[in-house]
Formats: sequence, structure tokens, C-alpha cells
Amino acid sequence: MAFNKKERDIFKDELNNIRNAGIFKDERIICTPQDSEIKVEFPAGAEKKSLINMCSNNYLGLSSHPEVVKAAIKGLENRGYGMSSVRFICGTQDIHKELENMLTEFLGTEDTILFPSCMDANAGVFEAILNEQDVMISDRLVHASIVDGIRLCKAQTDTYKHSNMNHLEKKLQLHSDKRLKVIITDGIFSMDGDMAKLDEIVGLAEKYNALVFVDDSHASGFIGKTGKGTHEFCNVLGKIDIITTTLGKALGGASGGCVSGRAEIVEICRQKARPYLFSNTIPPVVVSAAIKVLEIISKNTDRKDKLEKSTEFWRNGLNEAGFIVKDGESPIVPIMLFNAKLSQDFAQDLYNEGIYAIGFFFPVVAKGQARIRTQLSASHEKPQLERALDAFIKIGKKYDILKKTKEEIIEIYGL
Amino acid sequence: MAEIKETILDYVKDEYLDEDDDKEINFDTPLISSGIVDSFSMISLKRFLETKYNIQIPDSKATAEAFNTVNNIVKTVEEIKSE
Amino acid sequence: MFKRAKEYLKNEIQGIRDSGLYKDERIILSDQKANIDVSFPEGSAPKRVLNFCANNYLGLANNPKMIEAAHKTLDKYGFGLSSVRFICGTQNIHKELEKVIAKFYETEDTILYTSCFDANGGLFETLLGPNDAIISDALNHASIIDGIRLCKAKRYVFAHADMNSLEEKLKEARENNANNIIIATDGVFSMDGDVGNVKGLVELGEKYDAMVMVDDSHATGFFGERGRGAVEYNGVLGKVDIITSTLGKAMGGASGGFTTGRKEIIEILRQRSRPYLFSNTVAPAIVGASIVAFKLLDESNDLRVKLRENTKYFREKMNALGFDIVKGVHPIVPVMFGQYENDAQLAQEISKDLYDEGIYVIGFFYPVVPKGQARIRVQISAAHSREDLDKAINAFEKIGKKHKVI
Repeated sequence: MAFNKKERDIFKDELNNIRNAGIFKDERIICTPQDSEIKVEFPAGAEKKSLINMCSNNYLGLSSHPEVVKAAIKGLENRGYGMSSVRFICGTQDIHKELENMLTEFLGTEDTILFPSCMDANAGVFEAILNEQDVMISDRLVHASIVDGIRLCKAQTDTYKHSNMNHLEKKLQLHSDKRLKVIITDGIFSMDGDMAKLDEIVGLAEKYNALVFVDDSHASGFIGKTGKGTHEFCNVLGKIDIITTTLGKALGGASGGCVSGRAEIVEICRQKARPYLFSNTIPPVVVSAAIKVLEIISKNTDRKDKLEKSTEFWRNGLNEAGFIVKDGESPIVPIMLFNAKLSQDFAQDLYNEGIYAIGFFFPVVAKGQARIRTQLSASHEKPQLERALDAFIKIGKKYDILKKTKEEIIEIYGL
Repeated sequence: MAEIKETILDYVKDEYLDEDDDKEINFDTPLISSGIVDSFSMISLKRFLETKYNIQIPDSKATAEAFNTVNNIVKTVEEIKSE
Repeated sequence: MFKRAKEYLKNEIQGIRDSGLYKDERIILSDQKANIDVSFPEGSAPKRVLNFCANNYLGLANNPKMIEAAHKTLDKYGFGLSSVRFICGTQNIHKELEKVIAKFYETEDTILYTSCFDANGGLFETLLGPNDAIISDALNHASIIDGIRLCKAKRYVFAHADMNSLEEKLKEARENNANNIIIATDGVFSMDGDVGNVKGLVELGEKYDAMVMVDDSHATGFFGERGRGAVEYNGVLGKVDIITSTLGKAMGGASGGFTTGRKEIIEILRQRSRPYLFSNTVAPAIVGASIVAFKLLDESNDLRVKLRENTKYFREKMNALGFDIVKGVHPIVPVMFGQYENDAQLAQEISKDLYDEGIYVIGFFYPVVPKGQARIRVQISAAHSREDLDKAINAFEKIGKKHKVI
């Protein structure tokens, strides 16, 4: 060991730099289950405060749903607590196979393999199926976990401008000599809530003989007519070669992810994907609850419908009040403030009003694109959204940004 | 020389800036260390240079530093052309 | 457009099958315990076998107290958090578990991860830059290797457990003007069950001003007098800068991992470590049960003692039968076939015959272990009764004789 003053100081300095740059991440401690209303202790030791939660990925309100909790307990009782093994040694139960089959059915694919998280699914899939003769062409705004997967893979890399189909086409032409080409995109992009043009991407993939990869973490369960995801919304069911998604957001929110798609791709992942081979799969308690989640959302689209209604109410309310809101189809609703400090002050004022939402700024989003990101949930009730809207309007007035253009807001607060 | 510079600058702008982007790029703007050029797409830049100037850029010369500004890129291209 | 890819992948899958490396999954129809019901091949009638291949060292995987704790936590804290830690994914129980682990390992602070795989994956890149160095044991676990692959620091590998080799690499790194150095080792190596020389690493770390990192996954909870892993076993509690480990083996075996160590290191990880920032943390039910697991192991030595006795008994009996057992004290007991030319085949056939006898063990061979070192890896658990052990030993004797390896 040598953690002396020198080492300690190096890390202390780095921490101070993070603090001084205003990007230190404080964790707020929640003392309740995840829900539309939560009790939060912040800073640690402070009195607990009740807040309307506008920043979780609990899109369908299933994270603390009684039926889901009940199924989790049933899983514990029937299949125990842990597996203490990776899948291929002695870590596969019948319910793991059952969940994989249900996901296949739900997503409209050929087969599915579970991972501890979607981060691990993304980190493991590219390396398992591609080699140095191949190329991965990714949208420039894909999620960090995809970036890590690309970094771990020996195939060549290239990128295209966010959702720019002409640019993607140029890249597909540029790489016509490669063995395999994979187009890589998020289904819904988490910061803007916008959707990939999957119909056009599939068209280009067919034209240039490329595979299509979609991370549908912010869509599975609630986008598209029956909630299958962006591929359903874009009418390309069955045409996406690789879908990765998470059980850690709308589908219960505990943990777990998967790769779903062509049978051979899934089979190779079972043989070669490192996070699958070297880490436990999801525990029985999570598997059992996830099965219940899929049952609930396959029965009817009530929760998705409610989420859409809430999203519409929320978007309309903000627009009418005069906020600059990013358009989109998803329950991710970003309110643009442009200035980083304003986004932080705004979020703090909201917090004081009992509304929990997060301000995002560089480097999480591009410079000059600071915002408050709000996320709707089927667990939100109308009175809660009305309260939240009132608070937004009150603070919007305080900072005098309502019914202002981007240029006018920047003129007051700078970039 | 001046022409090469302009050609490369135009390529970088066209390739990496969006239409509504208000970023300014000149010959000395850091491209990679500032995040304008993502490291995943350096291959496109390399291929563009190789095709345009009929050269082969060995991997040992396609470093983040050699590609970090338009001026550096021009220097790299000139060096390889003169070899 | 999958047509072209399909051909390539089919060929590759066939190649894996032809080389005998295809991994078939056996489907378990029960909870994890000493006696499990397995359906293999898929769909066939369940068969009851004694499980000797789980990392369920303390038998906590189906412990009623663990299940009760998970159940209670589900009732009180819900199922999922649908958020990463720094947005709205931190509950008071997460902070509590982090403190419990820090206290257990006598460290300054702890950060939870989805898995130890992710803890290792997000460690090195966060702490080290291009001017730093990482010196890694040649046999370290795949997750450490992936963590190192993502890191820009200069990489050095020292010969497995060889302190001279390590010292050479430290000198080399210092000569190359490395700024910060981390030496990384497994606490216990999973294929041989041998214990890392953590004490040697700590001493060399002091001499060359390098930090020490230990992955204690195959040791946390049961190894060392009070279960503080290879770190305690080596007598260097409080002297290891970074310990990573898992909740997915002895500590109940569901999921989750952690990094524990110096306060500033943990704080930087919370700000910068990618798997922590971009993935949900451990689910509430697992957190609640894990707190209870650490409590159980502090209250009583019983499970550790039982595991140690079981391990000793099994090793002695197998040695007496004439099997070639890698020496050691760890419940990983590798039965080696390297002295035979057809070692890979033997490991496969014997494990298959043992399965037919109701003993579930796995044969490992090249490339998972080096050529000429094929083995059956037996893992002992506190959940095994003396009767279970005897049944396994008798089966080993019968099948060992059949294949003329004893």
C-alpha cells in the first residue's frame, strides 16, 4: 500500500476541481419506495421532505406496484434468494428461460439473453459478434454504455451526425468494403427524448446490407401501439437485428437487461459475451417480478395510455405557459434554459416547492443546451401534475423566462 | 498549402458541425481534445485524407495529436507526401 | 439485413461446438442449495443432484433469514428504483450497506455496483490516466482485465504470484516515470483456489509507492479468521487501498458488488465511474438482505467453521484416495488430470459420469486453464452435510477407479 499524502492530495485536488466546476453529484437519500411521491433526506441528516418525483425512469409506475412486489416475494419463496453462480455453471433456473422467452415474444424477436444490466448487455454484445474486419457506425448521441461496448470491441468505428440519414448513408457507402456493418442507435435518446428514425435506418440497412442495433431502454414497455418499443412505433417490428433493453426502467426498475434479436446473435452472446460469462445473471426475485411486469403490460395498455395522457397534459401545460419545450413523442420532456447556472437554480427552487427534477448541463448535454429534464410516469395523478405545473410556472415567472425566445433567455442569462 | 488547409477545414466543418451549430472552427481549434471530432470517427477523416491526397497514413501517424487541429493535419499530410 | 452475418455466426458457433467448448446451460428447477433439481438436456425429467459447483460457500443462497430480510425490504422499500444513484436511485439502506461493508473491511468508505464485474470495469479508468501504470497478476479475473482494457494507463503484467517479477515491473514502471501505480491481484484465484500474496504486494507497494488493489470475490465472508477475505488471511487489514468484491457469491449470491477503500478513491468513483453513473445500483431487496448477511456473519462463526471443517474433510479424503489435488485450504478444490495425456477428455468424461452418479461438478480445460492442466473444480459449501460429502467422495472413488486415475 502506498496511499500517502501524495496520492490522497491527487484525488482531493481532482474532487475540488469537480466541485469548483459545479458538477459535483450529490446523492439525495430516499426513505420510501420509488413512486410519484417520495420522501427525501437532503443533505444527509436533514428533515425528510415530501416531493413529487419528476426525474425517475419509472415510466409505467411499476417499480413499487403491489402486484410486482408480490411476484418478487413469490420468486424469493419458490426459487430462493441467490444463485451464487454464473449462468453456464449452475446459475440458470427455469424462470430465467421463461423470462427470456417472454421478452422474445414481447419484443417480437427470435431469442433473448439476459444480462445483469443493459450496461453489461451493451458492453458485451459488440465484442462477441464482431471482429476487426467489421465496422460499427453509431449515432453521435448514443448512450455511454454503448460507447463502452464500442471501446471494448476490435471492429472499426465510425459515427454519423445525430439522426442525420444523409450522413449515415455516406458512411455506409464509405465502408462498403467491410465484412459486416452495424448501424448503432438509441431508440429514444435519453437527454432530448427524441426518437431514432428507425424506418429510414432499416431502409438504409437493407440498401447497404448492414445490421441494425437499437438500445430501447427508454422505450420498452410504453412506446408503440402495444408498448413494444420504437421498432413498433416505426413499423419495423421483426426488422431490427439486435435490440438491447433494460428491466431497470419501465419494466419494474430493479435491475437487469438483455440482448434480443436474431437467434444466432443471441447464441454467440451466450458463448462469448464477457459480462454474461463472468458475472451472475439477475436473481430469482427480479426474474419473478419481471415476468409479472410483462404479464401486466401484455394484458392491456392501460398504464401506457395513462402515461401518454399525462405526457400530453404536461407538454401542453408547459407550452401554454410559455416554456421552450423540446418536441417529441416520449415521456421525457426537456425544458430548455440554455444557461448552466440557471438550470441549477431553477432545479433548486423547484425542490423547495416540493418538485424533484434535475438540471442537466455540459458535459452531460452540449454547451449552451442546459435544461431541466422532466420524466412522466403512469403513477403520476392529475393533481400532482397540476401542482408541479403551478410550481414550474411560479419559478418560470420568477426568472422571467416565460414566453421568451431562446435568444431572449440567453440575453438575460448568457450561455 | 493554403488550399489544403481550406479543403480540410471545410471537410471538418461539414463532417462534424450540425447545420444549426454555432461553434467556430479555425485552423488552430483543438478538434479531438475539445470533443468536436469524436475519436470513433477518426477513421473517416483518415480515409478522406488518403483518398483526397492519394497517400497512405500509417496508424503510427494517425494519432490524436496529429489530428487535433487543422494545422496539425496539414503538417501530417505534407510530411507523408514528401516521404 | 442479417443474411450475411448469419452465415458468419453459424460457422463460428459450429467451430465452438467442434472444439468441445460449447457451453450448455443446465436448468435448475429449485432454489440454490446442496441438493438441486436439474433438467438437462432442457425439457428432460428433473434429476436431483448434489451441487459441488456453486459459489454458495456459506449456504446463504436460500437461507431463511436472507429470504425474510429480502421480503421485508420489498414491503418497506419497494421493488425497483428505476434510476441511477445520483438522480433518484439512492435509498437510506444503500448508504447503510455501504457503511456496513466499510466497517466489515475496516476501510474508510464503500461504493456499491450492480456487480463486481462492473466494480472492476469502472475502477482503473477512473483512477488512472495515460501517465500512470497498472501492474496486474497474469492470472487475474476477466473483469479486472476488462477494467484494464478500458484504462489509458501503461500496462504491465507480472508472473502469477511471483514477487520478483512484480518487483521488476515496479522498477520498470518507475524508470518509465509512471506517476501513480496500482498493483492488482485476485485475493483468491478462482481456478486453483490459491491465495494471492497480498502481504507481499503491500510491502512492495510501500517500497515503490504503489497502491494495492485486491479483488476478494472468492473470499469475502468466509476466508480469513473472521471472514475478511484474503486481506485478513494475509494479515493486512487496513493496508490495502482498494478492495473490490461481490455480494453474488458467499454473501447470498443474488447480485451486486462493491469497491471499498480510501475515502477519496471512493468519492472519485462516485463522481466518475461509468458503470456507477450509467446503470442502476443494487435493488432494494438485495440491499436489505445483504445488510443481514454481514450481520449474521458478525454474530456467529458457525458457518465459517462448518465450511472450514467440510473443506478439510473433503481435501483429506480425496488426497487419501490418491487424487491429484491442488494443495491449499480454500473450499475451491481442483482435482487435476494434467499427468495424463488425455487430460481434457478425462475432465469432461469424469464430470459427466459424476453427474450420472448425482454429483454436479464442472470440468475445466484449455483454453479456460492452461494446456495440460485440465481439472474438475469442486466447490465446498457450509450447506453440505457430512453425508453429502461422503456421497461425493464415494462417487469420485468409483468413477476415479473406472477411469484409472487413482
